[in-house]
Amino acid sequence: MRFLFKTDYEDEIKLFPHSGYVVSYGILLALLLIAPYVLSSYLMSQLVFVCIYATVGVALLILTGFTGQASLGHAAFLAIGAYTAAYLQKYNVPFPAYFLAAGLLTGIIGAMVGFPALRLTGIYLVIATISFALIVEEILARWESVTNGNEGMRVKTLSLLGVAVPRDSPTFYYLCLAVLVLTIVGTLNLLRSPTGRAFVAIRDSETAARSMGVNVALYKVKSFAISAAITGFAGVLFAHKLSFISPEMFTLQLSIEFIIVILIGGTFSLHGAVLGAIFIVMIDPFLTYLKDDMPGIIAGISATFGASPATAGNIQSNVAAFASLNGLKGAIYGIIIVLFVLFEPLGLYGRWLKIKLFFQLFPLYKRATFKRQKIYVKSERNR
Amino acid sequence: MSYFRAENLSLHFGGLKAVDAVSFAVEKGEILSIIGPNGAGKSSIFNLISRIYRPTSGRIFFEDQDITEQPPYDIAKLGIARTFQNIELFENATVLSNLLVGRHRHSTTQLWQELLFLPSVRANEKLHRRRVEQVIEFLDLEPYRDKLISGLPYGVRKVIELARALCSEPKLILLDEPSSGLNVEETDDMSFWIRDMKSELGVTVLMVEHDMSLVNRVSDRVIALNYGRVLAMGSPAEVQQHPDVVAAYLGA
Repeated sequence: MRFLFKTDYEDEIKLFPHSGYVVSYGILLALLLIAPYVLSSYLMSQLVFVCIYATVGVALLILTGFTGQASLGHAAFLAIGAYTAAYLQKYNVPFPAYFLAAGLLTGIIGAMVGFPALRLTGIYLVIATISFALIVEEILARWESVTNGNEGMRVKTLSLLGVAVPRDSPTFYYLCLAVLVLTIVGTLNLLRSPTGRAFVAIRDSETAARSMGVNVALYKVKSFAISAAITGFAGVLFAHKLSFISPEMFTLQLSIEFIIVILIGGTFSLHGAVLGAIFIVMIDPFLTYLKDDMPGIIAGISATFGASPATAGNIQSNVAAFASLNGLKGAIYGIIIVLFVLFEPLGLYGRWLKIKLFFQLFPLYKRATFKRQKIYVKSERNR
Repeated sequence: MSYFRAENLSLHFGGLKAVDAVSFAVEKGEILSIIGPNGAGKSSIFNLISRIYRPTSGRIFFEDQDITEQPPYDIAKLGIARTFQNIELFENATVLSNLLVGRHRHSTTQLWQELLFLPSVRANEKLHRRRVEQVIEFLDLEPYRDKLISGLPYGVRKVIELARALCSEPKLILLDEPSSGLNVEETDDMSFWIRDMKSELGVTVLMVEHDMSLVNRVSDRVIALNYGRVLAMGSPAEVQQHPDVVAAYLGA
């Protein structure tokens, strides 16, 4: 076990508490940089989606994890970023310009959503953000002169400084990675400065934050704007990755996927956003695999246990019908959320911390280390 | 002109007069205690000063400035800090980051500077840390610096709340029952700290307190309230002997 002796206030501020972090994150970065030359094109494509989802996850963490304002409307912010890019592309606006414009516009719209959200908390805020997402979805479908309605919009190949960057090229992957890394570094900077502390203060006690001089309304709007802007940036990359966008891609289910990203990853640390993104991107091919292969496997098992070929065939077609039911994916996501909230509220990153501590303290690990405490003195809190 | 002044302050909830035309003044550098039975309107006065409630009528002045209409977050910026009766700390943060929030009114950096963590932000952070460290030393909080609030005992939390208020370098501090829930020893410590705050840091103290021994030890003046009205005002001994106060506490 390592003991850190702090001798300077700088030790509290720096991003990497000790050299071990520099080494491990350096290795991780090196691996990510050589990934395009090692991994198959399918995995590279998944990795790009991980970067995009993780960027949105970080954005959502700022709002939900650190400021405590739940949002089920982030698919709408992603959509606004994506459509801004697609629309400006039609007028031959260069990539850096529409990339920034998408972030700026989404940020402004995020701030506008933040204002009505000032008076709402908890479940009511969730409902408000869902309605916002539905409104945006509807606008995208109806405002045909700009969005092309339900027919969707084609997104041209990204061109950076006159060079075409196809969506499956290593350069595009590096671009997504750079956006993710910059987002994470910016967020970490924010969290170690007064604004980040004000966010956390609002999450834990608005009354106390106010009495310490935090303008709660202003900081909530700021949090909404920052979160939306980052999601807008991710939206541009998302549009380029898909090369075609239409309103039905930005549904409530996508917003729920983003919530799953941070819930499963862990809402207290930025690591959670990345771990959750890996989880959500990789569960989709896994579910497809189950859907394709499970009916056959189950039929095979039933045949081994003495079912007649006719019965086995019957079972196979029934299971296959069940597996291709509409909304089954949503149900599975729901079950995953419930299981994580019940059994692993700190998420995957929390589990990782527990495993790490187990080996650091071996053989002295205490199971109660991470046990959540009940607090009994919360009775008459000022709201 | 007095340093802090409340004039005919009233707070009515429908027909209930929680605070009824209360006037008092606090002189710079004194410790003024507000006492009174439960429901007398003591905490309501604090909530009026820190603008959690809006007064039904009356005005509040601080350093000759009318602060009745200021938004709540501006009250702290003016140099009025407070603690809460039931402890309002940021549960899921460390003691250090709780105290750093207390520094919020001194933060001057802009959002974009913070995103890039420019040298100015870094310098500011170090300054905040140094100031916080002074408060930690003042209140003997060194063992708890990196602990999460949610794992700390009540008595320590009470001190941390005081520390957070002191971190904002207030001119006037409002203490809402600083000794509630503390044992005898911790109450002793608290009384020394309140005295030291006045003598060493030059903070003016306005406090609500039930523990009469603490009130007697630290207060320069005492105000007794009942049913939202001022019963008596004066030195601790005078107020305790006042017939109305005796009646309010013991029944006539």
